[in-house]
Amino acid sequence: MVLELQKPRPIWQIMFSTHHTDIGLLYTIMSLAFLFMGGALALAIRVEMFSPGPQFIADSMTFNRIFTVHGTNMIFLFLLPFASAVGNYFIPIMVRYKDMAYPKLNAIAFWMLPPAAALVWLGFADFGWYAQPPYSAISAPSPAAEMWIFGLKIIGVSSILGAINFIVTILKCKHPDLPLSKVPLLGWSFLSSSLIVLVAIPTFAAALLMLLTDRLGVTGFFNPAMGGDPIAYSHLFWFTFHPEVYVLVIPAIGMMYEIIPRFSRKPIFSHSSGVFAFVLLSIVSFASWAHHMYATGMSFTEKTVFMVGTLAAVPASAMHVFNFLATMWGGRAKYSTPMMWSVGGIALFFSAGAGGVVNTAMPLDFITHDSYWVVGHFHLFVFGTIAFGSFGFLYYMFPFITGRMYNELWGKVHFVLIFIGAVLVFFTQHILGLYGMPRRVFDYPEIPEWIAMNQIQAVGAVLLGVGMTIFLVNLIYSSAKGKEANMEDPFGLGGKYYYPYQAKNPHHD
Amino acid sequence: MSGHSNWSEWVYIGVVVALLAWVGAEAWNIERLVEHVPENAEVIKVTGQQWFWTFEHEDGTKETGELHVKKGVPYKFEITSKDVIHSFNIPDYLVLMDAVPGRINTVWFLPVDEGEFPIQCREYCGLIHYNMRGTLYIEDGA
Repeated sequence: MVLELQKPRPIWQIMFSTHHTDIGLLYTIMSLAFLFMGGALALAIRVEMFSPGPQFIADSMTFNRIFTVHGTNMIFLFLLPFASAVGNYFIPIMVRYKDMAYPKLNAIAFWMLPPAAALVWLGFADFGWYAQPPYSAISAPSPAAEMWIFGLKIIGVSSILGAINFIVTILKCKHPDLPLSKVPLLGWSFLSSSLIVLVAIPTFAAALLMLLTDRLGVTGFFNPAMGGDPIAYSHLFWFTFHPEVYVLVIPAIGMMYEIIPRFSRKPIFSHSSGVFAFVLLSIVSFASWAHHMYATGMSFTEKTVFMVGTLAAVPASAMHVFNFLATMWGGRAKYSTPMMWSVGGIALFFSAGAGGVVNTAMPLDFITHDSYWVVGHFHLFVFGTIAFGSFGFLYYMFPFITGRMYNELWGKVHFVLIFIGAVLVFFTQHILGLYGMPRRVFDYPEIPEWIAMNQIQAVGAVLLGVGMTIFLVNLIYSSAKGKEANMEDPFGLGGKYYYPYQAKNPHHD
Repeated sequence: MSGHSNWSEWVYIGVVVALLAWVGAEAWNIERLVEHVPENAEVIKVTGQQWFWTFEHEDGTKETGELHVKKGVPYKFEITSKDVIHSFNIPDYLVLMDAVPGRINTVWFLPVDEGEFPIQCREYCGLIHYNMRGTLYIEDGA
């Protein structure tokens, strides 16, 4: 399973290639670049919040723009493209096909992202990553808001094209000898998340157009002064973006399904239970969107319906956790870097899920809503679970992409720093939320508990910054100068569970 | 499933589902009680706008940025907004409700301790969202 190893080629040959591993490499490099850029913004936010009063960010407008671009960037320009990178590398190999179903479409989907990223970053909008009207419709400054809207529009089209490509590749291009039920769980995770994208994204695409015409003043869909309803936007937005959470988390779980059995040197506990949980999660992901909106004045009945819909998503997630633990149980686990990230990710996934049950219980939601608790909660998902799974998988792919090994010791140091940093920042945010601190504030009053907890977070953020710097140096140094990997068994695992689908790929020998 | 016994997984799923059912039922029951506004609650009209709160009591008196209430009297807030979405929040009393233009949302509370408590905005509303603050004064009404 050599993913990329070819003779060194000039960069433009990779850039103009339509081959799945080349597109995968482009996705990887781009998503990592935006990871570090978005991380720098996060560090700026945490340092600014170190104590009350302005520290080094000049005004609240700059601060508001920073958290908006941080959120938009991390979701759409790091997590989504990184999942596409993994899918591009692995899906064709897993279904034993020579490439993605539509190679040119694949390249187009990738090349839509750089212009979209330019719009988001150069615009630097200020309305938060969910652009809630009426603020975004009547108050947010131009042209940043329009640039954000067009940027997201392009990203949405790109996601849909990518999703179509994954679905067709898996369903139509898989080898005739390979029944769908035997497709590895990583393949199933991409099938599930791509189907969610197809159903969910068009709703937001429509909402974005309506927001744009509202801003132009020709319509008033979300503007109460013109008879519109801002809460309608919230419904459209969360109908897309609650399932979108699963679009991000399902591939990350799929990546863990690749790593956990391999590094436990034991077959997966239950393939069919993993498949079942993915399919179930994809369906119930559409039953819970309005749990983001309890405080908008929903009726008791509405809240009850969405609470039940949200709780229904928990058993499927719990099945994945069980499957991981049962796979590791009695295995001969080898805690190389990818395994450490996966196990850490599962621990934080469990914590995030437990916090989610608190959020969805109606009376408790009114305590946590729009406070720092929520920031901590979703970061445990997007960072603690999805980014952890992604980092682990990147270490896992590294020898197959570069032919060299990363530095194992520094990989582990990276994990330890990030794990401690993540716990310090995101667990503290939960408690800070219970003390009533609102999210998205540039400054805060001198409440001793708030100051203490913001300072703990700043320490955690610095650990995260140091850890990510080590990561960056390790990636760059090892890809050029790392010791050559033993391509038969780069992680020294041995055993027959190593690469069960080591398919001959016509493009790579 | 794949040839071996999965009874442990079924037991585990059963426990998870039972826990969730318990959480859901408790939440449903408590929310039902919490949302029941007492008959004798006094109405206070709350209006959020960029970036301050105004309050109008039943007797017509208006306050800006400050709210004076009496200990032991239940109050019902009728909350709306003049411009963008805000969220009316008294963290010490767990009062939280969005102020949405074009809608009136209600929430009630019963002041029990004399003193000063912060009022804040919990929904991002622009430039001075961070400082859209007020003070709740709970006074002895006897």
